[in-house]
Amino acid sequence: MAVASSTYKRVLEGDQQPKEVLVKIERVTKKFDETVAVDDVSLTINKGEIFALLGGSGSGKSTLLRMLAGFERPTEGRIYLDGEDITDMPPYERPINMMFQSYALFPHMTVAENIAFGLKQDKMPKADIETRVAEMLKLVHMTQYAKRKPHQLSGGQRQRVALARSLAKSPKLLLLDEPMGALDKKLRSEMQLELVEIIERVGVTCVMVTHDQEEAMTMAQRIAIMHLGWIAQIGSPIDIYETPTSRLVCEFIGNVNLFEGQVVEDHEAHALIDSPDLERNIFVGHGVSTSVQDKSITYAIRPEKLLVTTEQPSFEYNWSRGTVHDIAYLGGHSVFHVQLPSGKIVQSFVANAERRGARPTWDDQVFVWWEDDSGVALRS
Amino acid sequence: MNKRFSFSNIMLWLGFLFIYLPMVILVIYSFNSSRLVTVWGGWSVKWYVGLLDNTQLINAVLRSLEIAFYTAISAVILGTMAAFVLTRVTRFKGRTMFGGLVTAPLVMPEVITGLSLLLLFVAMAQLLGWPSERGIATIWIAHTTFCTAYVAVVVSSRLRELDLSIEEAAMDLGARPLKVFCLITIPMIAPSLAAGAMMSFALSLDDLVLASFVSGPGSTTLPMEVFSAVRLGVKPEINAIASLILLSVSLVTFIAWALTRRAENARKKAIQQAVDEGAKATWQQAPSSAKS
Repeated sequence: MAVASSTYKRVLEGDQQPKEVLVKIERVTKKFDETVAVDDVSLTINKGEIFALLGGSGSGKSTLLRMLAGFERPTEGRIYLDGEDITDMPPYERPINMMFQSYALFPHMTVAENIAFGLKQDKMPKADIETRVAEMLKLVHMTQYAKRKPHQLSGGQRQRVALARSLAKSPKLLLLDEPMGALDKKLRSEMQLELVEIIERVGVTCVMVTHDQEEAMTMAQRIAIMHLGWIAQIGSPIDIYETPTSRLVCEFIGNVNLFEGQVVEDHEAHALIDSPDLERNIFVGHGVSTSVQDKSITYAIRPEKLLVTTEQPSFEYNWSRGTVHDIAYLGGHSVFHVQLPSGKIVQSFVANAERRGARPTWDDQVFVWWEDDSGVALRS
Repeated sequence: MNKRFSFSNIMLWLGFLFIYLPMVILVIYSFNSSRLVTVWGGWSVKWYVGLLDNTQLINAVLRSLEIAFYTAISAVILGTMAAFVLTRVTRFKGRTMFGGLVTAPLVMPEVITGLSLLLLFVAMAQLLGWPSERGIATIWIAHTTFCTAYVAVVVSSRLRELDLSIEEAAMDLGARPLKVFCLITIPMIAPSLAAGAMMSFALSLDDLVLASFVSGPGSTTLPMEVFSAVRLGVKPEINAIASLILLSVSLVTFIAWALTRRAENARKKAIQQAVDEGAKATWQQAPSSAKS
């Protein structure tokens, strides 16, 4: 996926620049009557990064965003922008602009007037406004549509205008509320690429809210997974996918096979887990630091790291017999559902590298196996 | 052929006949030269000419128009304020009661409203010395009370369906709440404000009951004038004035219809143009993106 390259590259290379904190959210709680929408959330957002709040509906991600914009006031806690306490600042005084999910373009104004609206509120001289509007129109490739009304534009064009409008005032922080929510799938992946490109060219810090994990992973440098008002994990897309810290995150992002078990052997360099679902023990290539009382643990392994073969592996651990229960052909890869002797069904992604290779079919005897460091041992 | 005389078409025309035939007859009889309304005496325009000399009737028309104009303005202002509070201020004490009280005049029998307003005005005149005399001002106040309710209902339904995030976006871009209301909300609800104003104008022009209660000497409105004239026996002059009112109402309706149709056509054309250009743009883009 070409879309991911720039973000992905930066994540892999690591940030060379020293991280400078722009937004600091300190123990923020928001209650609506008795329901707690955001529960004691603390996080920091660095200058120049794209930060995604990812969660299902009712996870509190939108409420958190609206508190950043100033439309909701936290019940408890403070929010700082560039060291300044903005918790009680009304939205029209914050140097923060938002791109709304519905784009919220002013229907009675032309594209140019929409973009100029924020600048007019700042009492900017007319000539400067015109230059800035022209600049923004050029940035989003909408120059020839300047005199159009919003209802004369397509969905993608409206999004460009909304983006230009929220960037016109050069805000310190840009908020994106489900930026691709109103677009169809094809346009979505195109716009993700373009949006990241524009945001990076402008160099604005950005917080986005989304329920689409692919979108968050493509666009953001760091992701916070939200669940029931609290943050389950914060990290880069790779951190979150490859080293989730809880079952919740693990199950939320992508597919996963989970094995419940007991730690039977725990050393500094390796550990053994005995799972009733498997005939053989799981060998983990590092210690798992269990407590003495509670030895139970969950071992999580992603379907693409669980390999299917027809030959019996020669090593002692990390494999199991099974029969092919079902196969789903998805073009790029196939999903094998393999039933283990214990009755548990595991998923395995097999890349369709050959056009027509000989591969296991329904009810075939197969073996699933994985590397020592393919999975993650989870305590919670 | 069959289609023209289908059941639904016949019912349609019967319906039209039922509603509009009386008006047609009224217009025809306004050209009756006979003094007796029910007897046809040949064509004549003398009643229309006579109208010009009937200053009492002309004054009543002007007075009614004046009151209707004032009522429309005040009802739109008050009604919009009430609607805004009801839809945008989500939580305040007594919200439900306020909503009920705003719309109560809609269902209140006019006789009761009229009588209570009359008592109020009399009491106020005694205690405060105002209004010393009932007249245009008192009728205007009375009309405003119930027209405000209509405006509040019309405007609040529009406000409710409006995308709240548009107003939030304006605030986000640095506009203070009052500015948001003037620059964003008002233009977006303008059609419903116009509808409310027109409705108030029509309701005020038409009202007989309230006006009868709160009017004073020398402030007879047109409906009162017509009503009292009819009580003494229908005069062809009344037919003439009624025909003139009908004519002006139809003219206004026709102009409004023509204007909306023109706006609608322009809008459709613009959308079609945008769609065409959009399609063209994708065609131009397609080869270049295929290359890259």
